[in-house]
Amino acid sequence: MRHRSERVTRRRFLKDTARAASALALSAWGLEAGRKASDAQELTFPVERGASLRVLRWSQFVTTDRPIFEENAARFTQRTGVPVRVEYETWTDVQPKAAAAANVGSGPDIVIGFFDEPHLWADKLVPVTDLAQYLGRKYGGWFDVCPQYGYSPQRNAWIAIPIGAPGVALNYRISWVREAGFDPDPARFPKTTDEFLRLCRALKARGHPTGFALGKAVGDGNTWVHWCLWAFGGRAVAPDNRTITINSPETANALEYARALYETMIPGVAGWLDPHNNRAFLAGEISLTNNGISIYFAAKNDFPEIARDMNHAFFPVGPVGRPTELHLFSQAYIFNYTRYPNAAKEFLRWIMEDTQYGRWINGMLGYVSHPLKAYTGLAVWRADPKHLPFRDAVARMLPHSYAGRPGPEAARALAEFVIVDMFADACTGRRSVRDAIRAAEDRLRRIYRS
Amino acid sequence: MDRLEASLPRVAARRAAVGGLLENRDALGWAMVAPALLLLGAFLAYPFLLGVWLSFTDSRIADPGRFVGLENFRYLVGDGVFRLAVLNTLLYAGVAVVVKFVLGFALALLVDREFRGKRFVRAAMLLPWIVPTSLSALVFYWIYDSQFSVLTWVLREVGLVDRSINYLGDPNLARASLIAANVWRGVPFFAIGLLAGLQTVPRELYEAAAMDGAGPWARFRWITWPLLVPVAVVVTVFSTIMTVGDFQLIWIVTKGGPANATHLFGTLAYQRAVQGGFLGEGAAVAVFVLPVLVACVALAYRALRRED
Repeated sequence: MRHRSERVTRRRFLKDTARAASALALSAWGLEAGRKASDAQELTFPVERGASLRVLRWSQFVTTDRPIFEENAARFTQRTGVPVRVEYETWTDVQPKAAAAANVGSGPDIVIGFFDEPHLWADKLVPVTDLAQYLGRKYGGWFDVCPQYGYSPQRNAWIAIPIGAPGVALNYRISWVREAGFDPDPARFPKTTDEFLRLCRALKARGHPTGFALGKAVGDGNTWVHWCLWAFGGRAVAPDNRTITINSPETANALEYARALYETMIPGVAGWLDPHNNRAFLAGEISLTNNGISIYFAAKNDFPEIARDMNHAFFPVGPVGRPTELHLFSQAYIFNYTRYPNAAKEFLRWIMEDTQYGRWINGMLGYVSHPLKAYTGLAVWRADPKHLPFRDAVARMLPHSYAGRPGPEAARALAEFVIVDMFADACTGRRSVRDAIRAAEDRLRRIYRS
Repeated sequence: MDRLEASLPRVAARRAAVGGLLENRDALGWAMVAPALLLLGAFLAYPFLLGVWLSFTDSRIADPGRFVGLENFRYLVGDGVFRLAVLNTLLYAGVAVVVKFVLGFALALLVDREFRGKRFVRAAMLLPWIVPTSLSALVFYWIYDSQFSVLTWVLREVGLVDRSINYLGDPNLARASLIAANVWRGVPFFAIGLLAGLQTVPRELYEAAAMDGAGPWARFRWITWPLLVPVAVVVTVFSTIMTVGDFQLIWIVTKGGPANATHLFGTLAYQRAVQGGFLGEGAAVAVFVLPVLVACVALAYRALRRED
């Protein structure tokens, strides 16, 4: 009996493996999810008569994004008769625009924004639980971080549909890592914080400093300091979203580690904004930094020798023993002042379905990582092995509010660079580790108290 | 026909009323200024009063909040970042306005003389002022780059430095760099304003003084300066107001960093109200600057009255 059951298991295993392999191959053409679609109950929203939609979203990170998005929107119009007007804003300017819309109760029907924007005006949004559940069922489920961003405990409903994460990974020069005595293969790249520090020191010793932004760099600054804080077990707030827990030995350890890392960095990082590390890396001034895939694409276009000599890797894991990455996180939400909530939901459903979403994400060349597990097999992640670390961005990330929940307080702490400033103070020596933590604690208390 | 006859007295009465209104100087005056008052009320007074009201509330984005009295102001007084922003603003405005005044005055005196190409120089002098601030801020963003600064490159080439200068990574250097950028942008305002003042000084006064044996310093001390004071006060006050309220330059070049070392009232208010979502506190940051600006306006008003 046992023997028979084992045989069946093996057979099943082989069958499943073959199915998975063929599914992976087909996914390049969006067929994988299409196959799964037949397993899930289809959902459509009856579009209101005379409906039209205004969509506010972030400007493209890569030139292929906008044409594909607009083509998807045009096909939606063709199919439903609903005209869609898409407006673009720099990604950091979407929130102020959406805030104005939320305040005056007029503006775009749909906003595709970032982080906890929907939680700032949760009661002004159309619940999208039905759509979120449908997409989750159909496409293999959401990654763990998605409900934390999309679901509102206050509304007891999903208030936003996760769109994906412009992922951040370590960008490094292959030859310099090898020269420093380390294996540049991403699979064997330093996996622990200790080993990573040894690599950074070795790079610096050979005249190839690292560079991590410590100025008001919304993306690059926030992502690496939060990774570092969480890797050592530090966190701004407890799960109750009230108790400030930043003043802890774990935070002190994270800051001490960052100070050691700072010793390996090029001078000037304290004033760096988001573009600085891109330029320094492409100019060969630094050997290692954290960034999206944009450096690689700029290199492929203008500095092919650097593109050949660079690769990407995951952030190492700290003493907590699991990935603690932070990535930018985008989600779409619908304001309840819209006269066409069904049309808006139908539009979001349309762009998240495999045919449209697959083309869009593939077209963005790895800039955005998917939130639904079934999209892990998209062609873009197999087009170039150097894309691979970006594939798992959503799977490996924690919400910026960790260990609290997204909301006005976490948004404010992020907007005010509380954690970045704490690291900058400690690293540059403007404040002792202790004082830097206390200053951050004071600010967080105020933010979470109010 | 009867109806027409009946309506005639009504039309005549209406005409008489309108005519009476036009004859009444007070009523006519109010009618003439009403559009301007409406515009000012809608676009200046209302937003201003709303801002002041918000500063007394705990309003957030999409939440009108409730009245909290002086709570926001109390908190800000004890807030290290806000205190730093106050110091930064005072330093930034104080140093920048003085330097702009000195350089602008010197430039005005220079171009007030007759020389070949005077018109061209006067026009070129205005360039930093007319270039959009965001554009010049982007240029300074590059000039102050820690790795690719053209300024550092020049200093390296002439052998004055041997390594990169950390313009925006060091708090004091970042403040100095931003002040320098503001000075570059603001000098033409002083120069043109003071030059206009210089042009109004009657030449006969200089000729008479010269005939009495007055030297250049005496002519400046006893003729130029006293007649220029009202213009100088107005130009200085306006520049102070603009410098205290500066936003674009700081936001583009440092966003208030490193570690809040270059935050001014405007950037901090924006960060807290719009990016952070705490409208009440952000409004309170902005309202804190009111006494300074009111004092400046009062000073300018007095100077203008004296000039009249």
